[in-house]
Amino acid sequence: MTTYDARFRIWRGDAEGGELRDFTVEVNDGEVVLDIVHRLQATQAQDLAVRWNCKAGKCGSCSAEVNGRPRLLCMTRMSTFGSGETITVTPLRAFPVIRDLVTDVSFNYAKAREVPAFVPPEGVAPGAYRMRQVDVERSQEFRKCIECFLCQDTCHVVRDHEENKPAFAGPRFLMRVAELDMHPLDAAAEAGLDRGRAAQEEHGLGLCNITKCCTEVCPEGIKITDNALIPLKERAVDRKYDPLVWLGNKIGRRSGTP
Amino acid sequence: MTQVERQQWDVVVVGAGGAGLRAAIEARERGARTAVICKSLFGKAHTVMAEGGIAASMGNVNEGDNWQVHFRDTMRGGKFLNQWRMAELHAKEAPDRVWELETWGALFDRTPDGRISQRNFGGHEYPRLAHVGDRTGLELIRTLQQKIVQLQQADFDEFGDYEARLKVFQECTVTRVLQDGGPAGGGRVAGTFCYERESGRFFVLEAPAVVLATGGIGKSFKTTSNSWEYTGDGHALALLAGAPLLNMEFVQFHPTGMVWPPSVKGILVTESVRGDGGVLRNSDGKRFMFDYVPDVFKEKYAESEAEGDRWYDDPDHNRRPPELLPRDEVARAINSEVKAGRGSPHGGVFLDVSTRMPAERIRRRLPSMYHQFKELADVDITAEPMEVGPTCHYVMGGIAVDSDTAATVGVPGLFAAGEVAGGMHGSNRLGGNSLSDLLVFGRRAGLHAAGYAREHASSPAGRPAASQARIDEAAAEALAPFHAAEGAENPYTLHQELQSTMNDLVGIIRRAGEMAQALERLADLRVRASRAGVEGHRQFNPGWHLALDLRNMLLVSECVARAALERTESRGGHTREDCPGMDRAWRPVNLLCRPVDPAPADPAADRIALVRARTDPIRPDLLALFEKEELVKYLAEEELYE
Amino acid sequence: MATGTEPPQQRPSGVHGASRAAIAARHLRTDRWWLAPAGTAAGLFAFIVYSTWRAFANADYYAAPYVSPFYSPCLAENCQEMRGGPNWDLFGSWWGLSPALLVLIFPLGFRLTCYYYRKAYYRGFWASPPACAVAEPHAAYTGETRFPLVFQNAHRYFFYAAVPVAGILTYDTVLTFRDEHYAWGHMGLGTLLFLVNIALIWAYTLSCHSCRHIMGGKLKHFSKHPVRYRLWGWVSRLNARHMQLAWASLISVALCDFYVYLVASGAFTDPRIF
Repeated sequence: MTTYDARFRIWRGDAEGGELRDFTVEVNDGEVVLDIVHRLQATQAQDLAVRWNCKAGKCGSCSAEVNGRPRLLCMTRMSTFGSGETITVTPLRAFPVIRDLVTDVSFNYAKAREVPAFVPPEGVAPGAYRMRQVDVERSQEFRKCIECFLCQDTCHVVRDHEENKPAFAGPRFLMRVAELDMHPLDAAAEAGLDRGRAAQEEHGLGLCNITKCCTEVCPEGIKITDNALIPLKERAVDRKYDPLVWLGNKIGRRSGTP
Repeated sequence: MTQVERQQWDVVVVGAGGAGLRAAIEARERGARTAVICKSLFGKAHTVMAEGGIAASMGNVNEGDNWQVHFRDTMRGGKFLNQWRMAELHAKEAPDRVWELETWGALFDRTPDGRISQRNFGGHEYPRLAHVGDRTGLELIRTLQQKIVQLQQADFDEFGDYEARLKVFQECTVTRVLQDGGPAGGGRVAGTFCYERESGRFFVLEAPAVVLATGGIGKSFKTTSNSWEYTGDGHALALLAGAPLLNMEFVQFHPTGMVWPPSVKGILVTESVRGDGGVLRNSDGKRFMFDYVPDVFKEKYAESEAEGDRWYDDPDHNRRPPELLPRDEVARAINSEVKAGRGSPHGGVFLDVSTRMPAERIRRRLPSMYHQFKELADVDITAEPMEVGPTCHYVMGGIAVDSDTAATVGVPGLFAAGEVAGGMHGSNRLGGNSLSDLLVFGRRAGLHAAGYAREHASSPAGRPAASQARIDEAAAEALAPFHAAEGAENPYTLHQELQSTMNDLVGIIRRAGEMAQALERLADLRVRASRAGVEGHRQFNPGWHLALDLRNMLLVSECVARAALERTESRGGHTREDCPGMDRAWRPVNLLCRPVDPAPADPAADRIALVRARTDPIRPDLLALFEKEELVKYLAEEELYE
Repeated sequence: MATGTEPPQQRPSGVHGASRAAIAARHLRTDRWWLAPAGTAAGLFAFIVYSTWRAFANADYYAAPYVSPFYSPCLAENCQEMRGGPNWDLFGSWWGLSPALLVLIFPLGFRLTCYYYRKAYYRGFWASPPACAVAEPHAAYTGETRFPLVFQNAHRYFFYAAVPVAGILTYDTVLTFRDEHYAWGHMGLGTLLFLVNIALIWAYTLSCHSCRHIMGGKLKHFSKHPVRYRLWGWVSRLNARHMQLAWASLISVALCDFYVYLVASGAFTDPRIF
C-alpha cells in the first residue's frame, strides 16, 4: 500500500461568491477523488458540501469538474494523476451553484417534464406486450443513462449561453425523445404527437451543433451524438426538409410511420 | 416557538426508491394528493444499485413456473420464518407488477418470441428474474420516475400546475413522524417534520397517512454495498412513533462484494455473474461450494462439477450448481474458506467468468460489472477472475406490518413498504425478490394509505393535527448539534466507530460475548453522540446531516445487536458461532423491538425492549405445497401436529 | 491566482453568469485541449489552400490513364479530351472557368454538411466550442436554427449526389487498368493509389450518418425489415469510423490529385507494376 500527500484546490463558496481553496490531503492506493473529498470532510472541512450517493458510478449524483473536465467524482481514480499534480475540483459550471461542490440541477428536472411520456399502445393488455430484442436495443442504450447531467453541463449551448436554457432541452432530454421515438410500441404518432418534429420545434434540436462533447463526457459510454441526436436530426429532416415527404403531405397520401 | 411552513397533503411518502415511488403512484391514482420526500435527488435512490432482476413467476422461459413455486422458493430461502401471507401476496402479484412497468415504458431484455426474458438466480427453481442486462434497478427507478412525471404532466394539463396532486420534495430529510396523541407516541399520524438539505430550512408536511419507504440500514456497517442514505431512518422514525420492529437480527451479507481496492470494498458484484455461469474458487483453484451444501438443500443441488455445468443448458435433467445456493449459505462458505487460509491475496475468494464464457458474451450480459472492475479495480473480468467477499447488503428485519395493508402495528396512519418493512423475506432474502417486494408492497401501501387518508380526511374527529409543542421539540432536536459545548464529538469519527463496532462484533458470524460488548460500545457511542457537534451553518452541511442520521443508526444498531444476542440459533442471515445449528423451536418465534417508553433521559440507558411474539400458523393450503419430509426439517414439533 | 470573488469585467454570461460558481478562469483544463482543434484547423486549412489552387489551375489534371478526382466528371467543353474517360460536355462552350469548379461543388457540399466535418470546423475554425468545457468566445449562439446553417439539414441530398460522383470515380479507377495508349492490362503506382482512394471514398460516403438513417435508422421495427436491419448494421460499423474515414479519404483524394499533377506536369513518371 502506497500513501502520499496530494495537493487539492477545491472551490468553496455559494451563490454570493467563493474561491478555490488549497488543501493537502493523504491519498492511498486505489482511491478515487470522492474518497479524498470524504477524507477532507472527516478531517479538515466538516461542512464541505458534496452530493454523492452510490459511490459506484451507478446513480450519477457526484458530478463535478475535475481539472476543468466534467466527471463523476467516484469514477475518477487518483492513479490517473501524477503525485505532484495539483488537482482542481469545482462544481458544475453550467448550473447555479448552491454551496461548494453542489449545484442546483433543477433545470434538468424542468426539462424532463417537458418531454411527453411514453404513450402505451391502445388495446394491448399488460402482459401482452411483444417486442423483439433487436427492436428494443437502441432505446435500451439510452436507458442506460444515469442522469448525472454531465452532458447537460458540458453542452456549450447552455453552458456558455444562459439565454438558451428555455429553448433547449439539452442532450439528455433530446436523447429521451429519441428513446421514445425508437420505442417499438410507443403510440405517440397514433395519439397525434410527432416526436421528431417536437424535438426540433419544442426541444431545440436545431441548437445542437453536434460537437460531441456530450458523448465525450458520458460516463456510461452512450453514443449520444451518433445514436440519438443525429438520428433525431435526420428524423426531423424526414418531417420538415424532405421535398418528397413535403409533397406527399401536401397531396395527403403520406402513410403512417414505418 | 418555531415558525415553520406547513403544507397539507393526503399522503406523505418518505423515500423515493422503488417502494416509495410505487406507493406514490398508487396513492395519486387513487385520488390522494401525495407528497414524496427523499434525501437524494429524484431518481438517485439506492434502488438503482439493484442489478440482477425482478423475480416474478411469469413463466416466459420455463413454463413450469407459477406463483406456488415462487412462494415455495421464497419460504425456503427465508427458512420458513417469512410472514407467509406476504410471501403469498408477493408471489401472486409480482407478474402483474412487472407487466405494468412495460405499460409505463420499461424495456426489459426479451426472449426470442418477444416476451420478457427471465434469468436464473440463487434459490429460484426456474429462470425467473426479469432483467435489463445488469442494470435492472436503474430501469425500475427510471420507469417509476417517468411514470410520476407522466402523472404530473396530466395534472399540468388539468390544473396548470405540475405539482397539484403529486410533488417530490427532493433533498429533504424527515426527522420525526408527527402524531396527534400523547407525548410518547402511539397517537394517530399527523404528518412529518422535515428539513431541506439545501437550505437547512424546516418545514412540516401535514397528512393523515405516512408511508415509510426509506430502505435499509447498511451504513451502520463498515463493509457494505449500501449508499450513504441507508441509515435506517424509517426504522428509527417508526420506533420513535411507537411502532415495533420485527426480527432485526437478520441482516443479509451478500456473498460477493468487491474486496479490493480498499476504497471500493463492499461494492456489489451481482449474483447474475453466478446465475450466468460464474464459479467460485479458492486459492487452490477448487470449486469449494460443493463442500458446503447443507442437508436441507442436498437433493436440489448438483453433486459434481459436470452435472452443475450441464444444468445451464439442460435444467430439466440436471441439478443446479451450488454456487446458486441462497446468499446466506454462499456468504458463510466464503467466510470459512478465507478463515481456513484458502482465500485470495486481498482476503476474498475468486469469482471467475473469464474461463466460462467468451469475452464478448461477458461484456453483453454483464456490462456494468465489466465496467465496474475495469474502472475501479483495473481488472478485466473477461481475462481474469474477480476477487470477492461478503458485504452487508440488506436487512430482512424491519417495521412490523400487516401483510395485506402494509400498515404498521399500533400507529394508525403509518404504513411501511420495501426494505424498511419486515417479515416478507423471513431470515434470508432471495436475490430478485427485493425489486418485486418493492412493487407489490409499495403499491399496497399506497393503496391503503390513500384509503386511510380518505376516511380520515372526512372523519368526524377531523384531520389529525400535530401540536406546536411537538414541532418545537423536533426543531430543537434537529438543531442540537449546532449548540454542542466545547470538546464536541466529530460525527464522522462516531460514524466510523459505529461501523467498526457493528462490522466486527455483530457481523456475518456472531458470538454472544462480542454482541454483549457491542451493546456496551453502542451505549458509549450514544453518550458521545449526544455531544456531537458540527461546524458551519445549516446550508447543505453534510456534517450536520450525518449528526442527525447518527441517532437513527444508533437506534437501529441497538435493535440488531439486542435481537441477535437473543436468538440462540443460526438461521438465514443470522449466524451464531456459539449456536451453529438451526433450531426448529425458534421457527415460530418473532422478536419484536419496542421502544422503551417513556424514552429515558440518560443516553446510556437502553432504548429498546425485546418482546417475543408467536408467528401466525401457516395456512394449511400453503403448507400443502410442500412435501411432508421437507416440513419436518423446518417446522417446530408442536406446529407439525397442529 | 486565476480565481476570485470579483465579478468578471465584461457582461457576465455563460460560465461567468451571476448564478454560477464564481470562477474567473474561462476553463480549468490542464491538458492540451487546444491540440485537437488546432490540428483540425491546420489540416482543413492546408486542404483548402491546396484544393483551391488545384481547382482553379485548370491544368495538369489528366495524364492517361489517370484523371484527377478533382476534375471528374469533366462537364465543360474546355475539358481535356480523355479517351473513354469521364468527359460529359453538359455545359458547352460558354463555361470558361476551370471545369473542376462545376463538379467540386458536390463533394464539397457533401463534406461541408457532413456531421463529422461540422463538428471539426465548428470547433476548429469557429471555436463553438473550442473544446469541451472551454468557454466559447461568442456572445450569442443560435446553432443550426437559422440561415445559413439551417441548410446543414440538406446533408442527405449531398449524400445522394455523392453516390454518383463516387460511381464515376470508380469508373475512373477501372480506367487506370489501361495504359497510356488506352490498352487494357496495365497497373501502375497510380492504379494502386486510385484503388486505395476509391475504397476510402466509398467507405466514407457509405459511413455517412444520412446513409445510416436511410438504410434503416429511420425504421421503428428492425425485426420487420431484416435486410435493411443488416444494411444498417454494416453502415453503423463503418459509421463508428466516420471521422477516420473522413480524414483518410480527404488525404487520399488530395494525394491522387497531386500524383496526377506530378505525372501530367512531367515531374514524375508513373512506375509500372505490370
